[in-house]
Parts: sequence; structure tokens; C-alpha cells
Amino acid sequence: MDVDDTKKFPGLVTNTPGGGIVTGKLEDLINWSRSNSIWPLIFGTSCCAIEMMSAASAKYDWSRFGFEVARATPRQADLIIVAGTIVYKMAPVLKRLYDQMPEPRYVIAMGACTISGGPFYYNNYSVVKGVDHIIPVDVYIPGCPPRPEALLHAMISLQEKIGAEHYFAKEKKTSLPMGNVRSAKDALAKESEKKRGI
Amino acid sequence: MSREELKQRLSEICPSVTFDETGEFLMAFFTPDVFLTQMKELRCATDLNFDYLFCMTAIDWKDNFTAVYHLSSTPFRHALVVKVKLTDKENPVLDSVAGIWKGANFLEREVYDLMGIRFNGHPDLRRLILEDDWIGHPLRKDYADENMIEL
Amino acid sequence: MLIEEDYITEEGDFVVNIGPQHPATHGVLHLKVWLDGETIKHIEPHIGYIHRSIEKMSESLSYRQFIYVTSRMDYLSAHINNQACALTVEKAMQIEVPQRAKVIRVLMAELNRLTSHMLWWGCTGLDLGAVSPFFFAFREREIINELMEDTCGARLTMNYMVPGGVMADLHPDFQRKVKEVIAQFKVNIHEYDQLLSDNVIFQERVKGVGYLSKEDAISFGCSGPTARGSGISCDIRKLYPYDGYENLKFDEIIEQGGDCWARYKVRIAEMHQSMSIIDQLIDNIPEGDFQAKTKAVLKLPKGEFYQRVETARGELGVFIVSEGGTTPYRIKYRSPNFSNLSALPTMAKGCKIGDLVAIMSTIDLVIPDVDR
Repeated sequence: MDVDDTKKFPGLVTNTPGGGIVTGKLEDLINWSRSNSIWPLIFGTSCCAIEMMSAASAKYDWSRFGFEVARATPRQADLIIVAGTIVYKMAPVLKRLYDQMPEPRYVIAMGACTISGGPFYYNNYSVVKGVDHIIPVDVYIPGCPPRPEALLHAMISLQEKIGAEHYFAKEKKTSLPMGNVRSAKDALAKESEKKRGI
Repeated sequence: MSREELKQRLSEICPSVTFDETGEFLMAFFTPDVFLTQMKELRCATDLNFDYLFCMTAIDWKDNFTAVYHLSSTPFRHALVVKVKLTDKENPVLDSVAGIWKGANFLEREVYDLMGIRFNGHPDLRRLILEDDWIGHPLRKDYADENMIEL
Repeated sequence: MLIEEDYITEEGDFVVNIGPQHPATHGVLHLKVWLDGETIKHIEPHIGYIHRSIEKMSESLSYRQFIYVTSRMDYLSAHINNQACALTVEKAMQIEVPQRAKVIRVLMAELNRLTSHMLWWGCTGLDLGAVSPFFFAFREREIINELMEDTCGARLTMNYMVPGGVMADLHPDFQRKVKEVIAQFKVNIHEYDQLLSDNVIFQERVKGVGYLSKEDAISFGCSGPTARGSGISCDIRKLYPYDGYENLKFDEIIEQGGDCWARYKVRIAEMHQSMSIIDQLIDNIPEGDFQAKTKAVLKLPKGEFYQRVETARGELGVFIVSEGGTTPYRIKYRSPNFSNLSALPTMAKGCKIGDLVAIMSTIDLVIPDVDR
């Protein structure tokens, strides 16, 4: 998939004295500004987190693309890059983080473990076989761990995906019910019972 | 201390000890009833001074559980492997050494979590690594789980 | 001997959860902290959020396959983890490793120790609020990762050490590149001192914080720089040498302070020692085979085998129980971070929350190694 280097500003700029006039589709302008300033959440469980840190550091530098501000709290983040294996004990935590993110929110599944369980697929009692059992995923990155360039490619693909979104559409994305995740579901049920004081 | 001296000293402390010399370290088999007093003696005796518990695990054999303790001494640099066979496979119980070596606290919790051996006298015996309501002990050979996909 | 009673919550205690998702916990560690104002009264670590059942999985993998999963345990010293597993299999099967392979292994292990300590240093700065060390550390790390990638094929989980030697021969440019990197790093490490070690703000934050006494460190089973900062001599490369370490000249760094500053100084000095080991070996790599001839399917004899190595964080032990088949009957990984973490509640009692971050960063935890 080629990256379009000549990203054009989605509007026509006419220079007039005293300022300028920009004519364009509002949806395109909103998508352009949204896709170029996505704030990721600091979330890394295992080895892929190190490659994510490399992508954030000076050599690969994701801030060139607008991902400058990495927030520790999900309330201020747009994107969660699930970097690392998710196990059944961690699944309710991930779901809760995703639920706390305000919409519109996006998910990148980084590494083989988040796509399907990865090297921990066979003879394993504790790994969730794919993070899309828990939250809906926008971009998948294969690799174990994927190179920082692969992560950058995924982030740019996400930017293009956002650029093509219908921002004013009626239907909104909702997170999947956790069908196959056995104890994570039970754990969430227990948690909500506790909160309700049962 | 050399291996022969260790054997002699251990036989003095505990007449019922048996040895296995096939491995790299000297292996001593204690019985569960005298286990705690022997471990205290290993730690406190001034010529033995096994103060470093560097590995603790349990093995699930067909007819017993074997708890394995790797001990070494920082002043004298001798090492010993202590093994205890627990023949009750339904409810294996052993005395806790968490009062002797502080690191044994977490190690015993892990063995309880994954193997199911209960430790008498442990200050806080509950699951460490798996969720609190997990059923079963995964490292046992007869553990079955629908999430485990065989190759 | 008294067993410490489990902590009983008093009135007025404020319980705070730190983690599992937190920028400063170096992984997914959940700490329950009982506070009186800002002073810590008790900490309870909850682990298991990255328990990938590596030990159970290894019981169905062959003796060539199980090594690859261990790269993911303490992924910052992946080479050294693989070296431990390969050494255990070689000890059990009495395989003689060629001299060239041993030297290559030591070179890769020391380069790995350097990258691990660099990342530790960068993250220590980041945790305590200084962002620049992070970028400085990754600058050197990237260069070393590249030269590892030329030879081993991967940047992080290298899977290069196999029973019998190493997987492939060195890249032709390896020697030249390593010499350049080490020469440059000898100059750059003074920047590390200028940024953090000589910085009075940093020193005020780590001196006198997180004291671990010598007796406690031995009792908890601590190893590596955590124990050496408390005055214990426990470097496996000196006590039980392997792969030719007995022929190399390097010092074991021991500090008596027991606080975060002592542990910090131990690691910085270890970086200098690693560079000195690399200097001794890089011009004297012997010719020969890079891998001993072994059968395609390895079968260990019946028995129990234990091998210990010194990773960047402490003593990693691989304990294999074999029944004579092609897969292990039971594998236990004695992980250094598990024992170091169990000493955290003792170290952090009486400190403030800000000090807790300093203590965790100088113990240098990697949580997947705790949970395995």
C-alpha cells in the first residue's frame, strides 16, 4: 500500500486581502485535522512495548505524524495501541480502558499476540487468542515484534482510514460483546455486581 | 564444605535423610514431618548457614508431588537441593518456610497457585499469578481446560 | 523466627491502586498502596497480568523450540535468556561448544547487557521526570540494535543462541561496527553522567531512598545489581563462570550503600565493565565452527539439570526435569525479577509515593519476567 506523499489540504485556499477564504467540504476538513493529531494512550504490556518506545524515540519519531502527545490517561487519548500479549486477567482492564476513552476512538493491534495469540496459541491456558475478542480493532500489525517502521506504516494507514470516515454519519461504532472470553466476562459481571452492592 | 562433609553433617541433623548423588548438586530427601525443623537447622547452624534460597518449585510425578528447594550459602558457597515427597495427591500439604527465608513468601504462593500444594503457617496463602476465582491448578499434569488448544 | 503478620488495615489508611496500566510500572504491575498522607505504610504487589503460561507451554515444545519462548520473558536481555537455555541443554547432553561460538556468545551477551542498561538509564530519567535521557539512551540502543539485526536477523527477540553454539556466523561488518559503537559510547557515556549522575536534583531524589539491608537482600533471594548495591557479591559470571568468562578480566561492582543511589552507580559501572569485556574480545575472535554438530532431534538423558547465568537484572536459573523424551517433563525458570519484586514492600516502607517510583526504576523490573 503506497503512502501518498503529496497529501493535499482538502480545500481550496483563495488569498484575499485581509485574510483568506477556504472553500471545502466540512467533513474533509474535520477528518484532515483529526487524522493529523491523534493522541495515543501509553499502553504496553510486553515486548512490543519496547518497539513502540523505539518508534516514539528520535530515530523513528512518530511525532512527525502528529502523534506527539502520548497520554497516560485514557480520558485524553484517541488511540490505544495494544502492544503486547493480553491475558485473561488483563482483559477486563483493557476493556475498561477502552470504555473510558471518549469517542471517536481507534485501536491498533500491534504484534502477533494481539492478532491471534501469536506464539502463545497452542497449549496455553491464559492468553486471549486475539484482542479483537475484547475490543474492535482498526489496524492489525503482524510481526513479533513488528519493526518500528511497521508501526509507523500502521499509524499512517489509520490516518488514511480516518480521512475517509463519514464524520457526520448516524451509526456509531460500538465495542463487541465479549463472547469467547470466559473468565473475563465472569470477572466483569462480578465487578458490576460488586459495584451495585449485590 | 565438600559433598562428603555435607552428607555427614546432614545425617547428624536428621537420621532419616536419604541422598541422591546423580546430579550436579547434592540432593537430600527429607520427610514432611521433620521438614520444618530440618530447614531451620540448615539455616541457623553456623557451619552450614544456608541463607540463600535461590529456587523453589514443585514437580508433579505420577504418584507424588515433589517440592524442590535449591539452597546455597553466601559465606561458604556450598549448595544443596532439598526435596520433599508428598504422597497425598488430592490435598498435598507442607510446612511453610516463609519465616526462615523471606523470599519463600512469594515462591510458595506461586507453587500453591500453579500446583495446589498448601503450606501450613504461610501468612497469606492465596493465588498470586492467576485470578482469584480460577478453578484448578494449571501446572498439574491432569489439568484440563477448554482454552488449551493442542497442537 | 517470626513470620511477619499480614498487614491489617487501620483506620485512616488510604488505599491507592497503582497500575496495571501506568507509565512508571515498567510493565503491567498492580500495586495496592496503603498510605498515610503521602507516606507509604504497606505495599501489596498483584502480578499475573502478563502470565503467558510459558512453563506449561514448554512442556510440549522440543528442546530446540522452547528456547524461543524464553526470549519473550525478559525481553531486554533476550540473548542472555537464550544463552541460559542453550547452556542447560548442553550441560545435560555434554555437548562441547566450539571456541568461536563461545566468544560470539559472550560478545552478544555483553552488547545485550549494554542495551538493557541503556534502556534502564533512559527510563529511570523518564520516570523521575527528565525526558531527555530517554532519547539519548535510544540513540545508542538503535545503533546496537542495527548491528544485531545484521547478524541475528531481529532487533529485540533475537533467538540467536542454540544448543551447540549460535545460529549463524557473524556478519562481515560486525567487528568494524562494534568497534565504532564502543568508541563512540565511551565518549557518550560522559553525557549520561552530566545529565543524571551529576545532576543535583536527581541525586536528591535517589540518595537515601529505598534502603535494602544485606540480610534482607539475601533472605529475599535478590540478585544482580539490586543485591550488589547492598554489598553482596553475587555475580554469576565470577562465581560460576560459563562460556569463557573465567578467562576475561573484569571487576565485580559492589556498593555498600543499599539505597537507590548505590544501585544506580552499580549499573553505570557495569556498563563500563561490559565495554571493557567487549574490547578484550573483539579483536580476538577465533576462527572455527560457529555451531557444534548435534542431532536434529535432541533427547536429554533422564535427570535434573540447573544452569544459572547473569542477566542484566540478576540470576536467571533454568531448571529442567527430563524423563528422557524429546520434550521436557517440567521446566522452571528462576526469574531474577520475581525475587527482586518480593523485596519491594520492604524497600518502600516509610517512603513517599514519589520515592516509590525511584525505587521501582532502580530495581529495574521487567514484569513479563515476573509472571512468566
